[in-house]
Amino acid sequence: MGTSFGRGGATTFQQDLQNADCILIEGSNMAECHPVGFQWVMEAKARGATLVHVDPRYTRTSALADIHVPIRVGTDIAFLGGIVNYVIEHDAYFHDYVVAFTNAPTIVGEEFKDTEDLDGVFSGLDADQRSYDPASWQYEGGPVQAASGQREQEFDEKLREREAQGGGEKRHQPSVAAAGRGESHGSGGASVPASVKRDETLQHPRCVFQIVKRHFSRYTPELVEQVCGIPQELFLKVCRTLTENSGRERTTAMAYAVGWTQHSVGVQYIRTAAILQLLLGNMGRPGGGILALRGHASIQGSTDIPTLYNLLPGYIPMPHAHQDEDLDMFIEGASTEKGYWGGMRSYMVSLLKAWWGPHATEDNDFCFDYLPRLTGSHSTYETVMAQLDGECKGYFVVGENPAVGSANAAMQRLGMANLDWLVVRDFSLIESATWWKDGPEIETGELQTEDIPTEVFFFPAAAHTEKNGSFTNTQRMLQWHHAAVEPAADARSELWFYYHLGRIIREKLAGSTDEMDRPVLELQWDYPTEGAVAEPSAEAVLAEINGWDAEGRPLASYEQLNEDGSTACGCWIYCGVYTTGVNQAARRKPGQEQSWVAPEWGWAWPANRRIIYNRASADREGKPWSERKAYIWWDDEEAKWVGHDVPDFDPAKSPWHRPPAGATGAEALAGDDAFVMQGDGKGWLYVPSGLTDGPLPAHYEPQDSPFPNLVYPHQQRNPVRQVFSRRHNRYHPGPGQPGSEIFPYMLTTYRLTEHHTAGGMSRWLSYLSELQPEMFCEVSPELAAERGLEHNGWATVITARGVIEARVMVTDRVAPLEVQGRMLHQIGLPYHWGPNGYAKGDAANELANISLDPNSHIQEVKAMSGDIRPGRRPRGAARTALVEEYIRRAGITPETGMEVRGGR
Amino acid sequence: MNIAQWPVRRQRTTGDVSGRGVAVKSSKTERLTPRIADADEVVKSVCPYCAVGCGQTVFVRDEKVVQIEGDPDSPVSRGRLCPKGSASLQLTTGEARRYEVLHRRPHATDWEVLDLETAMDMVAERVIKTRRETWQWEQDGKRVRRTMGIASLGGATLDNEENYLMKKLYTALGAIQIENQARI
Repeated sequence: MGTSFGRGGATTFQQDLQNADCILIEGSNMAECHPVGFQWVMEAKARGATLVHVDPRYTRTSALADIHVPIRVGTDIAFLGGIVNYVIEHDAYFHDYVVAFTNAPTIVGEEFKDTEDLDGVFSGLDADQRSYDPASWQYEGGPVQAASGQREQEFDEKLREREAQGGGEKRHQPSVAAAGRGESHGSGGASVPASVKRDETLQHPRCVFQIVKRHFSRYTPELVEQVCGIPQELFLKVCRTLTENSGRERTTAMAYAVGWTQHSVGVQYIRTAAILQLLLGNMGRPGGGILALRGHASIQGSTDIPTLYNLLPGYIPMPHAHQDEDLDMFIEGASTEKGYWGGMRSYMVSLLKAWWGPHATEDNDFCFDYLPRLTGSHSTYETVMAQLDGECKGYFVVGENPAVGSANAAMQRLGMANLDWLVVRDFSLIESATWWKDGPEIETGELQTEDIPTEVFFFPAAAHTEKNGSFTNTQRMLQWHHAAVEPAADARSELWFYYHLGRIIREKLAGSTDEMDRPVLELQWDYPTEGAVAEPSAEAVLAEINGWDAEGRPLASYEQLNEDGSTACGCWIYCGVYTTGVNQAARRKPGQEQSWVAPEWGWAWPANRRIIYNRASADREGKPWSERKAYIWWDDEEAKWVGHDVPDFDPAKSPWHRPPAGATGAEALAGDDAFVMQGDGKGWLYVPSGLTDGPLPAHYEPQDSPFPNLVYPHQQRNPVRQVFSRRHNRYHPGPGQPGSEIFPYMLTTYRLTEHHTAGGMSRWLSYLSELQPEMFCEVSPELAAERGLEHNGWATVITARGVIEARVMVTDRVAPLEVQGRMLHQIGLPYHWGPNGYAKGDAANELANISLDPNSHIQEVKAMSGDIRPGRRPRGAARTALVEEYIRRAGITPETGMEVRGGR
Repeated sequence: MNIAQWPVRRQRTTGDVSGRGVAVKSSKTERLTPRIADADEVVKSVCPYCAVGCGQTVFVRDEKVVQIEGDPDSPVSRGRLCPKGSASLQLTTGEARRYEVLHRRPHATDWEVLDLETAMDMVAERVIKTRRETWQWEQDGKRVRRTMGIASLGGATLDNEENYLMKKLYTALGAIQIENQARI
């Protein structure tokens, strides 16, 4: 989302789904996983909208859909790419929108070579480094800084240029590692050089439109049928439904969840949807957009104010280690000439002022040097490897349950068994707290409790009713929850835990003159506390996140942030949430007393906008594309943008505005640059910078797949996916290789309405445990017959990583598909269980491999091959022996599935 | 029991044919009141499960949470809660919640109870020690100013303010392996 549009958040809000004429839900079972939000889909349906659900399983979402499309797991790019091809071939794209607001007319440099030219990979592939050099993907006329995503990519090149221009001193060395930079869920702003060439006739052979057209031309209905197992007639019906419900008068919305993200090529799933929505002209308009459905109360918030290794608050990248880097170099590497990232220095300096206060001065680069530096990818999966290697020794686990909830659960536990100390904070004794006494490795004998050196602390957590604070929901909206009571006994909030931990550490370090302790001792850490337990004031923290000026007055907007250190702001995109000293997130004007947009309920970033890029809801001249779909428009008399929402645009900038020569930042945006965070102000069909695995989506097979890649016959898997071949993390043989037949079925994980993620907040509740009491698997009657599985009986499911047992549910909901001339059976596995709590069962994550999307470092658990057999799994050492037997039979070695090129 | 009191008969005689009104009332049900009727306080909240962000209304009596319901004012949820949200009273007040700090010594076979203050002090000591032992000023000749010895996982179920303090403290300590459910 970030790379296509500029910001990594849902572009619309749930209530706006009611305005859609068609809703495509794919990679999500919204009716069961976001049931209360689904009411807005039903409102749309009641108004006559068509609902399309694409999913390997027939769920309650499918039951309410007009069209259900069963699909082979891991093939959504082929499906969506097929629709892109249909839209272009049938001239069904929204021509005026595409020309005005996307980069379709932009000319790409001659060096770019597509998968069409290079047999399934893009230009710039470095097979030894397992990475792409994106230099050849650029627009003609110079590099573009990405709005979000892998912004570091441009860093080396920019600084090389600077050195070349300056002659003389060689300051810059190439980055340390290529993997894992940036964040696909970012908020961005970007700049293109003034010399970018556009051909608004869309005829130039190297314009983005023609490149996209050629790239997707092989995604024909016949190919979709072969790859996805979707009959051509059904596929064409979806194509017609989407195109008939898009254009001036009508809009189509899309909703997705982790069914799209959890793949080794997951970010490109969302990119394909973004391309489609831009071509159909559905972005920034009511009843349109792309709604990312997130699964935790504040998962959006925890990327905005990131507990993520590669980001600082507000999607400012964490600095990487470069030779002699200072603040100037950092800003130059990360900011942009045009668009709102032009303000990077003011955002960064204000953050450093919020953290180090009076110690951060112009003379010391505002303490920029206090920030630790990255040297590659340090995601949670690399951290597990570092634990196994003995490098990472202390681990905090707060409100998360990796012992059953992360891919390859055994590796997670073995990593924890190699720590010096572990702190777990949760409501109950989850598996991540007790694996050392009752985990699966204790039962198999792989570990003995007495041998495990890890010191473990369990701290009871406070509930949401026992603390003040804000969650950011799936539509970027902050909502405040008020403490109803104080937490009992030793239960405490994370706010309490981290504030007091920091306080104690600072007291212990007081007086230290060691340079390494200075960032800790000079940290601004004086928060007022309240109540019997000395709870820090959450509102004081929110005020710091919002920021203040030199006199301590709350700021109203990030446009007030300065570069000179006179403002402090903990997260620039949240600036305004505490404007006038009032907690805007706590606003609760009843919905029935407001317009349908409900702008006075909570507060949405940025600037309380509910649909972002809403400038695109009007045409180039600022008139609504149609009366029916009017949202924001230019009012000639008032000389400003008006409408139902806060304009995502300078409110006084006319549609005809052209920036003066030499303008930078937001000033450089023209009156029709609707995507204000992007360097060229346009929605990106083609991404010249910011992605690690190509400027366009390409279908690659999952890491573990029994099928050859028919789209690119000489490139089986995403060449730059992240893979880690370890003893407990072996991959399956590719199609046609000896042993691939050992794992003939596809497995996919999913959620149930009655449980939550890895179960920490649901398996200890009797009400919910009664409703869904144990682990099960969904299989088709055909598969049941093939393997002798009985409804309500037991099944054993096996991969090269692990073996689990599950109750069998035989159901037509997972119908077999005809793929490449054979029947494919898919097996559904809810992933909520573990051995603790009231509702017990094996964890589906025992089966999952660690292979990651190279942009987001998200694991591929939505599509993996495996085997199933009747009966319960073996106990004790026989459990490990069974997995080893499968590895032996399949001929799996450390090299299996590790290739970059080829793979067949 | 008096035949006149039989529910079926009362359904016919009282006109409450569907059996959802006076026909199914007894002297006992007459005396029942909603558990929220005598609440001392009503507090506005947000459901802690998924990211739909349903509004919740929390009812408090004698400094205890006695009921959690959907907030009809919310423009997102309009008063509705799913099975999980409806069970959040049990999440917050149920028997399965733990209230004491537990400690497992290296190689020990069981937990010991620890008081909170001591536990906080012990964790602070371990952070300081591990940080010192694993501190890096440089890697491959480039300044990194960090520790690779301390990692953290979690945040998507927490408040923005909590994530903010976590990121701020960890960064000042030089810990970079800070991650949450956004990747899980």
